[in-house]
Amino acid sequence: MEYVIEMRNIRKEFPGIVANDNVTLQVQQGEIHALLGENGAGKSTLMNVLFGLYQPEQGEIYVKGKKVNITDPNVANDLGIGMVHQHFMLVEKFTVTENIILGNEPRDKGRVNLKKAAKEVEAISKQYGLKVDPYAKIEDISVGMQQRVEILKTLYRGAEILIFDEPTAVLTPQEIHELIQIMKRLIEEGKSIILITHKLKEIMEVCDRCTVIRRGKGIGTVDISETNPDELASMMVGREVNFSVEKGPAHPKEEVLQIENLVVEDARGVPQVNDLSLSLKGGEIVGIAGVDGNGQTELIEAITGLRKAKSGMIKLSGKDITNHKPRKITESGLGHIPQDRHKHGLVLDFSVGENMVLQTYYQKPYSNKGVLKLPKIMEKAKSLIKEYDVRTPSEMTPARALSGGNQQKAIIAREVDRSPNLLIAAQPTRGLDVGAIEFIHSKLVEERDKGKAVLMISFELDEILNVSDRIAVIYEGKIVDIVKPEETNEQELGLLMAGGKREKVGDQ
Amino acid sequence: MEVLKNKFSGFMIPLVSVILGLLAGAIIMLFSGYDPILAYTALFNGIFSNTYVMGETIRQFTPLILSGLAVAFAFRTGLFNIGVEGQLLVGWLASVYVGLQFDGLTPFLHIPLAILAAAAAGALWGVVPGFLKAKYHVHEVITTIMMNYIALHVVNAIIRSYLLAPGERTETIHQSASLASAYLQSITDFSRLHYGFLVAIIGAIIMWFLLWKTTLGYELRAVGFNTNASQYAGINVSRNIVLSMVISGAFAGVAGSMEGLGTYGYMSILSAFTGIGFDGIAVSLLGANSAIGVVLAAALFGGLKIGALNMQSVAQVPTQLIEIVIALIIFFVASSYLIRWFSNRLNKRGKI
Ligand SMILES: Nc1ncnc2c1ncn2[C@@H]1O[C@H](COP(=O)(O)OP(=O)(O)OP(=O)(O)O)[C@@H](O)[C@H]1O
Ligand SMILES: [Mg+2]
Repeated sequence: MEYVIEMRNIRKEFPGIVANDNVTLQVQQGEIHALLGENGAGKSTLMNVLFGLYQPEQGEIYVKGKKVNITDPNVANDLGIGMVHQHFMLVEKFTVTENIILGNEPRDKGRVNLKKAAKEVEAISKQYGLKVDPYAKIEDISVGMQQRVEILKTLYRGAEILIFDEPTAVLTPQEIHELIQIMKRLIEEGKSIILITHKLKEIMEVCDRCTVIRRGKGIGTVDISETNPDELASMMVGREVNFSVEKGPAHPKEEVLQIENLVVEDARGVPQVNDLSLSLKGGEIVGIAGVDGNGQTELIEAITGLRKAKSGMIKLSGKDITNHKPRKITESGLGHIPQDRHKHGLVLDFSVGENMVLQTYYQKPYSNKGVLKLPKIMEKAKSLIKEYDVRTPSEMTPARALSGGNQQKAIIAREVDRSPNLLIAAQPTRGLDVGAIEFIHSKLVEERDKGKAVLMISFELDEILNVSDRIAVIYEGKIVDIVKPEETNEQELGLLMAGGKREKVGDQ
Repeated sequence: MEVLKNKFSGFMIPLVSVILGLLAGAIIMLFSGYDPILAYTALFNGIFSNTYVMGETIRQFTPLILSGLAVAFAFRTGLFNIGVEGQLLVGWLASVYVGLQFDGLTPFLHIPLAILAAAAAGALWGVVPGFLKAKYHVHEVITTIMMNYIALHVVNAIIRSYLLAPGERTETIHQSASLASAYLQSITDFSRLHYGFLVAIIGAIIMWFLLWKTTLGYELRAVGFNTNASQYAGINVSRNIVLSMVISGAFAGVAGSMEGLGTYGYMSILSAFTGIGFDGIAVSLLGANSAIGVVLAAALFGGLKIGALNMQSVAQVPTQLIEIVIALIIFFVASSYLIRWFSNRLNKRGKI
């Protein structure tokens, strides 16, 4: 049997760690092949090897039966391999068309012919059902459309084999649904796809086969038609995984967070949070459900002090914190797992250890009279790394070198460990493997049981329904309804999130 | 092992650059009809053959260390301080001014006071671009360059109006403020070596300590790498931008005092920039913005410049050739991508 892609016995080392250890991956023509593994298992590394970004220490790569030497991404392009990275590589100020043709510009007597290019882009986007506006600037379009631009970029370069590295982690459920349709369409057009995702549901839905790697080693390849999510999960983690969250009933106590008539504007002066009120008690987890762009980001930023509130009031443990400085709010008992781990959550060029004290470096015991106590910092980092299973060669490793999921775990470790009165968890399990999700959810519940308040924002309705004690639905900057997870379901939530009403509107 | 590897490649690029720079220099000499072996031997002897040239070399690179530290410090915190030259000039003048006052003060007070004045003047010159950047997002490259010209003309005007002595210069500072040392001169065959090199070494230690061992350094570096995450961590970003320019400017000011209190003991009206501030950019680049790297890079540049004099007299190679070699070294460091590619190639072949 000839494979479109065959990677044999690949070995790739990084300082202090073997990221790929004798991994074999065989992809058939016309299939969607899933690549599954825990955070840090080596999936991205393997794909970067295939795309020519890394050179393997050992192993061979065959494309359509021919042995190849992929020394850089240009070679990969020529071989028909395209990659959609998890963190997009687009020029913000350029238009969609300009981004797509960048590096492959159609020329007309030495000049770039943008009109012709835009036509071509339109033609390809029609052919594959990838809706984009060729003239829109990247900075003005949604994440979902940016991803379609990335896909078009690979198709424009004639890719036959597409690699998707965690494409759904940053998408909303609607966008995920669209992406799945797009992938099916691509297969109909004769392409082959390698898909990395932590969501077993997606694998079961679209993939034909699945290769599992665990701690850098290939575990095996299975036919999706002959397996189930439980088996996949235990294959990748090496033990049984519990999908539902184990938690007892909540015992809400005194109020921890009180938001009254909050108005927050975005950079353009448009109110995104519009007269929002919400209250949160210690000992409960409130999940905020909503379609992206309904004011969630602005709400979190106002609570955490990263953005000014126009009017209204925010109280934390009875203290007015409206428009206070972030540090003051943090010290009043706030923890914050930010939505964008690279933007807010980490200083990527700092070591893991230095990142672990991002909120506490100026306090004892991590410093004394302005002098850092590095041994104490590293000691703390070590214990957090151990407790939260952050896979890193050492606490001295730069955060940049960690896999996406392990970066996330490091942030969660830092924020949860301080055990703040109010923990804001924005997309806390984005990019985490099922085992890690289970662990993080149990940690959130543990905080709740200690009497802390947890405010969770998530696009995953599963997560909202599983973890929350109350669900607040946000729509156009307002909390439009509050429901109990056991009294609702995905359909009803979906309706509410789209601005619909329940039969009997619950009181606020 | 991992640390070793990182350190190794950290040293690798500057090292390979220096070798490539010297090789390229040799090729240029060959084409221009000079004998590179003779020239480089003369260069080497010009740095190490006797205590006089060694003393002069150290004197030459003392201010370079400090101006390199100034650039490196700002760079570590995400800022390009092109204004080291101007900060150095005002520092020079401030140190000389204090050196001219307080007759009869003990050197143990007078020298630190003069150096502190230089640091304060340089810091003041750094405040302006720092503030404009923090408050109005004006790019510091533009403002620091403009501040250089302002410094040059202001300094000249002050000397001309208030401090002028015969010879288009100020008076010589009091002995009690001078870093010059009869002892150092005597052991180096009457070079102009002065105690400033100790100040420069202390400066390097301060920079290292400040950046890596203090909460202030932690904040400054965090702001340099990621302002969003810094804000999230409750760090005052604007304050740290200003502070970074202030500290960088202070290093530059002290660099100026090395000339004012050490080498010259006075300040002349300048028709052009000294170049020490601009060389600081090169030194910082070659030294990979680390304290120890800056010291080594400054030593190399100082050595090359002093050695070039001997190269000219022995091998008749014009001193400008060393300027070319220095420029090439910087070029190679800056295009470190090229060198990385080169060393990857070598590695692969070595490993089979
Ligand atoms: N550039 C790098 N330098 C050093 N180590 C690296 C580098 N890239 C990855 N690693 C290490 O290699 C291992 C595998 O990382 P990789 O990014 O391939 O994981 P992954 O399977 O994609 O995980 P995730 O699901 O969290 O994205 C990790 O332990 C990571 O720390
Ligand atoms: Mg990954």
